[in-house]
Amino acid sequence: MALKIVKGSIDRMFDKNLQDLVRGIRNHKEDEAKYISTCIDEIKQELKQDNIAVKANAVCKLTYLQMLGYDVSWAAFNIVEVMSSSKFTYKRIGYLAASQCFHESTDVIMLTTNQIRKDLSSPNQYDTGVALTGLSCFVTPDLARDLANDIMTLMSHTKPYIRKKAVLIMYKVFLKYPESLRPAFPRLKEKLEDPDPGVQSAAVNVICELARRNPKNYLSLAPLFFKLMTSSTNNWVLIKIIKLFGALTPLEPRLGKKLIEPLTNLIHSTSAMSLLYECVNTVIAVLISLSSGMPNHSASIQVSFSRHAHAFVLKYLGLLAMSKILKTHPKSVQSHKDLILQCLDDKDESIRLRALDLLYGMVSKKNLMEIVKKLMLHVDKAEGTTYRDELLTKIIDICSQSNYQYITNFEWYISILVELTRLEGTRHGHLIASQMLDVAIRVKAIRAFAVSQMATLLDNAHLLTGNTQRNGICEVLYAAAWICGEFSEHLEDPMATLEAMLRPKVATLPGHIQAVYVQNAAKLFATVLRGQEGAPADSTVAQETSQLLIDRLPLFVQSSNLEVQERASCILQLVKYIQKLQQKDVEVAEEVTALFAGELNPVAPKAQKKVPVPEGLDLDAWINEPPSGSESEDEGRKSKGKAVFAKEESRHTKPRYTEVDEKELAKRREVRKAEQANNPFYIKASPSSQKVYQDGVGVEHIPVVQIDLSVPLKVPGMPMSDQYVKLEEERREKNKADKKKKKDKKREKGEKGRRRRADSGPESEEDITPAHMVDIVTEEMPENALPSDDDDKDPNDPHKLSANGLIDYEKSHGIHFGIRMVQSVCCGFACKSICWAPCVNTAGYGVDRPPHYLSPHPSLAPLLQVCDIQGNLQDGSQVVVSVIFENKCDSFIKSMEFNVLDSLNSKLQRHDGAGPHDGLTVPFQLPPGISNEARFIFSVQNIVMPQKLKGTLTFIVKTDDSSTHEKLDFKLHFTCTSYLITTPCYSDAYSKLLESGDLKGCSLKLEGVNQPFHHLLARICFHHHFSVVERIDSCASMYSRSIQGHHVCLLVKTADQTVSIDAKCDEPALLGNVLDEIKLTFSQC
Amino acid sequence: MIKAILIFNNHGKPRLSKFYEHYNEDTEQQIIRETFHLVSKRDENVCNFLEGGMLIGGSENRLIYRHYATLYFVFCVDSSESELGILDLIQVFVETLDKCFENVCELDLIFHVDKVHNILAEMVMGGMVLETNMNEIIIQVDAQNKMEKSETFIFQSPRQDR
Repeated sequence: MALKIVKGSIDRMFDKNLQDLVRGIRNHKEDEAKYISTCIDEIKQELKQDNIAVKANAVCKLTYLQMLGYDVSWAAFNIVEVMSSSKFTYKRIGYLAASQCFHESTDVIMLTTNQIRKDLSSPNQYDTGVALTGLSCFVTPDLARDLANDIMTLMSHTKPYIRKKAVLIMYKVFLKYPESLRPAFPRLKEKLEDPDPGVQSAAVNVICELARRNPKNYLSLAPLFFKLMTSSTNNWVLIKIIKLFGALTPLEPRLGKKLIEPLTNLIHSTSAMSLLYECVNTVIAVLISLSSGMPNHSASIQVSFSRHAHAFVLKYLGLLAMSKILKTHPKSVQSHKDLILQCLDDKDESIRLRALDLLYGMVSKKNLMEIVKKLMLHVDKAEGTTYRDELLTKIIDICSQSNYQYITNFEWYISILVELTRLEGTRHGHLIASQMLDVAIRVKAIRAFAVSQMATLLDNAHLLTGNTQRNGICEVLYAAAWICGEFSEHLEDPMATLEAMLRPKVATLPGHIQAVYVQNAAKLFATVLRGQEGAPADSTVAQETSQLLIDRLPLFVQSSNLEVQERASCILQLVKYIQKLQQKDVEVAEEVTALFAGELNPVAPKAQKKVPVPEGLDLDAWINEPPSGSESEDEGRKSKGKAVFAKEESRHTKPRYTEVDEKELAKRREVRKAEQANNPFYIKASPSSQKVYQDGVGVEHIPVVQIDLSVPLKVPGMPMSDQYVKLEEERREKNKADKKKKKDKKREKGEKGRRRRADSGPESEEDITPAHMVDIVTEEMPENALPSDDDDKDPNDPHKLSANGLIDYEKSHGIHFGIRMVQSVCCGFACKSICWAPCVNTAGYGVDRPPHYLSPHPSLAPLLQVCDIQGNLQDGSQVVVSVIFENKCDSFIKSMEFNVLDSLNSKLQRHDGAGPHDGLTVPFQLPPGISNEARFIFSVQNIVMPQKLKGTLTFIVKTDDSSTHEKLDFKLHFTCTSYLITTPCYSDAYSKLLESGDLKGCSLKLEGVNQPFHHLLARICFHHHFSVVERIDSCASMYSRSIQGHHVCLLVKTADQTVSIDAKCDEPALLGNVLDEIKLTFSQC
Repeated sequence: MIKAILIFNNHGKPRLSKFYEHYNEDTEQQIIRETFHLVSKRDENVCNFLEGGMLIGGSENRLIYRHYATLYFVFCVDSSESELGILDLIQVFVETLDKCFENVCELDLIFHVDKVHNILAEMVMGGMVLETNMNEIIIQVDAQNKMEKSETFIFQSPRQDR
């Protein structure tokens, strides 16, 4: 026997222990996985031996390997063996291993019950302790049921070390075996008053966890806890108890009153920040539960809190707590405005965002201007587009909240909006635009001011559109153009604005904005005419205006955007006709103005509902005979009814359409589609799928270019919002003096629901009178609207935006515009329908780009050229394919339909309701020799493999006397490169990425490349969408990202015509394919 | 409740992982990776709390961490724990390690992960805080180490064995 043991211990000397294993792994960094697999084999051998020491050593190593992510569940039985060793050393190793890798579905666990019971009753307290610790991690319902009694006995063990562990583990037992709670609870409660502080703390822990799940049942323990709170000195216990009270106070308000005093004492006496914070938190909860509030206490807390708030750790929590107070005691938070504004300077973005949230709730009429002014400063300073965008939206949110409740001076607000337009590269242009429109429409008093501002904006449009089209800020021009047109009577110099709106540069704006420009140019034209005819100076001026339009409009007639084109050609004909009349000295101004007559009023969100149904109209009645078989259920009928209607409609329309000749039909269809897609006034059912936004590609990495203009950014004529702050202060002072003389009659309060006031707003705020006759235009109601007694709030009402009745701008106005447009068309001026001007492709895609992606039939007329396949970053599964269609024959080509045979992985995105074999109509026709570009969106699932899609283009070639149907087959080659997006990457982020160890490597060697290194890099960048991170001599690191977020890193080195590329990527398959494609690129040259 | 305790170094190499809820090995590694990514990109002088990652419980949980030289100590806790309390607990844990290893450094944790586990077991049990008093923890750890030593002694001198 002794010999065997000696032999065992000698064996052991040659075994690896844990330290050897760790050292070994560290020495085998290159082939770690291989080394570990040999180690696992060794461990398997060791586990087969009888010697328990060897086994324990093996299990110990396995525990380490488990941490590194290796599955060791196969050794579960050996772990149980080690657990049952009589030696504490091995037992502990066994229990540790079990606690790391056993779980409820480990089947050997049921073998352990008796062993654990034995250990629990061991005379050695550490055997028991180790068993309890292990059990706490892997207790199952069965174990809990079988061992509950044993553990309960241990709760009154003589040794406090065992008692506290037993008490703590009871919580786990309760979770797994809830029946044990009732018999064990009295003993648990007893332990709250245990002489040992450790046991006490454990009992508090358990009860707090239980109470968190169901606070009501533990209210009876409140007195006991109260006693503990005043007597205990253990901060951990105090924190737990105070947290528990925070959960209990909402249930028992009387508790709160009692708590305030001891808590305030603690706040003033403790030095532990953690305890202080929890106290403050609970006091807040108490204050919230006491509706009366105790301003004195809250003030004292505030003081003690702000004293500490400079510590950055607390800032975040402090701000969180303040947002809680804000809900109930806005005033007490408002006094800390400066502190919160300071937080905006913090380095930590999460703190800044919290502070912003707080500001939103803190504004009042008094401080709005000041706060916004501060925020504007931050906007200027802010780095990083995301944070700046967040600031921008917050400013607008703050100002527009509760139906502009806090704005006293709308001129100031307009100038703030104008200032915001100077932000480079923001994505929230449309937000600013909608605010401009909303304010200009609803606040009549400032229309003149708004119009003058907008006119300057239009005049300086080049500043906004500066570098790129994708700059979201140009959206404001949409608002500016519309406001200037609609309220043109306020314009000082309509002629100048008209000129500004028709500048050639406008043609670079997005289509929907151009459309508004064109339409509103016509409105301005009407105004100009009226002005000139009113003063009968000479008719030549009027004719010059017409000439201006006639000169400039053809630019828009050529636009590739249908909406622009249609409007422009319509208006052009109109103006030509007017000019003819002018030459005959006919007064036309009145008739032209009549085109745009009518006041535009916002529509109340409930307007439609208020229109009474005319007598005798039954909306639910059938118009046609209900088809047979629909007399099933009542509910079923309604839904079916819809479907029947839809069918009915198409059946009716079909024969009607066949009468129209084919060309007309195609044209009509296209006009309708384009109109729906582009008409800004049309209420779209879903966002148009053809709009492709390319911005947002790694926005935060795009370096913000400082515009270096010789012109000062302070545009002449644009007032700065700052001056309003001063003016406002002066005005308020004056107002205070005047107040006694005049009763505040300025604001119309007449109609109810006109503008909701802060009913709880402090009285002092009511004193601040608005600067203008701010008449927030009431929403128009239909004339025969029902009395608004039934103001039931329907949460499903789609027109309802907020409880305050803020108008849903887009919807309500959209309807209005829609109606008036129809009127103007009916007005009687004949206009030619769309004329097909040749569409010139201005996109400027490289002609020199080899069309190697496609293989068109050589003999056929149109040439298809896929110029770009580009992933869509916003949607990881979308790829945009730009195709240039060039008509190389002498005939007219029309009715092009683009279709691709979908694969499982890639699908062409079609309109809703289209089948998988329907083609997409190409939205233009091609006269001879003309080319144009169309974009198609594909949804792709898997991007690691390149693939080829087969497609067909069908089209009609029209010659003078005949037209023939033709077909062209092509192949689309989706290379893996096309899923990569050029993304800039900074070198530090890059090295971090490489260090992270998540990327797998691969390399490539290219022989005989005799290009200069920078050419080579340029080729990779250009063809494969990479960006250079760093370049040192003949070595460069490059980076790109796939649309699904895979990182691709390249290290390119060159020496003697040999280029070696070491690449890393988190997706090896993708990397392999990209490298193959790079190889191909270089083999072609 | 504490959901997990993780220690990893500045490169994300795990030095100790203790999960109080069961995950399989792959998920555990993923959690460690994700946590490392969240924590490592934060500046030194920003607050020590952040919302939990996607894997470990989501928004209900918070990560509370401290960074000492080359090591990150990360506790993932649910809303029942006090953030600042846990921050103090991490301090206690580190000080205890420092006492037990005498000037603890990363190498101690690398080679003696089992000992670290034993120390942690005296502080946190099954996700609940067992003891916050450093002296008490050290007494218990020392007593167990002594017991282990005496057993090894018996084992290595076969004469006394049986």
